[in-house]
Amino acid sequence: MALDQNTLIELLAQGLPGADIRIEDLRGDGEHYAAHVAYEKFDGKSRIQQHQMVYQALQGKMGGELHALQIHTSIKK
Amino acid sequence: MENIVFERIKKEIATDDIVLFMKGTPVFPQCGFSAAVAQILGILGVTYHSIDILQDSDIRQGIKDFSSWPTIPQLYVKGEFVGGCDIIREMYEAGELQQLFDGKNIAYNKVG
Repeated sequence: MALDQNTLIELLAQGLPGADIRIEDLRGDGEHYAAHVAYEKFDGKSRIQQHQMVYQALQGKMGGELHALQIHTSIKK
Repeated sequence: MENIVFERIKKEIATDDIVLFMKGTPVFPQCGFSAAVAQILGILGVTYHSIDILQDSDIRQGIKDFSSWPTIPQLYVKGEFVGGCDIIREMYEAGELQQLFDGKNIAYNKVG
């Protein structure tokens, strides 16, 4: 069960309001994505916490509908 | 039920300085993300204990609840969750994983 790119962007935008989000479909198969997320509130958080915030925005879909998502986080200036 | 699994997980992460929960084994990884972390640990030449979560459905779900982390692989150093594939790769490339090992007195291969 794949998750389409627009749904992915919507979920991230809702969960991380104001973040810059860029999604890459790594293999063009709708199953392997990379998400580049720049977000102000990542400031002061560890990498683990930043990724956990991204996972939270995905509302449990990671590891379920979404098998492969590379996450690259950075702090939005 | 959860407590029994958490106790097992705590015991597992205490068995070695470095413990990797992965799909498959370091020699026969069953997922590219697990393979990538095993490869980094291999390059660094550290010894580690690996657990194949595909062989154990309790651990497979339990480890995700334990760390509030939804994916495998998961790397633990001295009992502490360090990250999944992306984080370990970023840390390795930035030399931060090596710094972490230095800080925890874990020997690794500094050449290459």
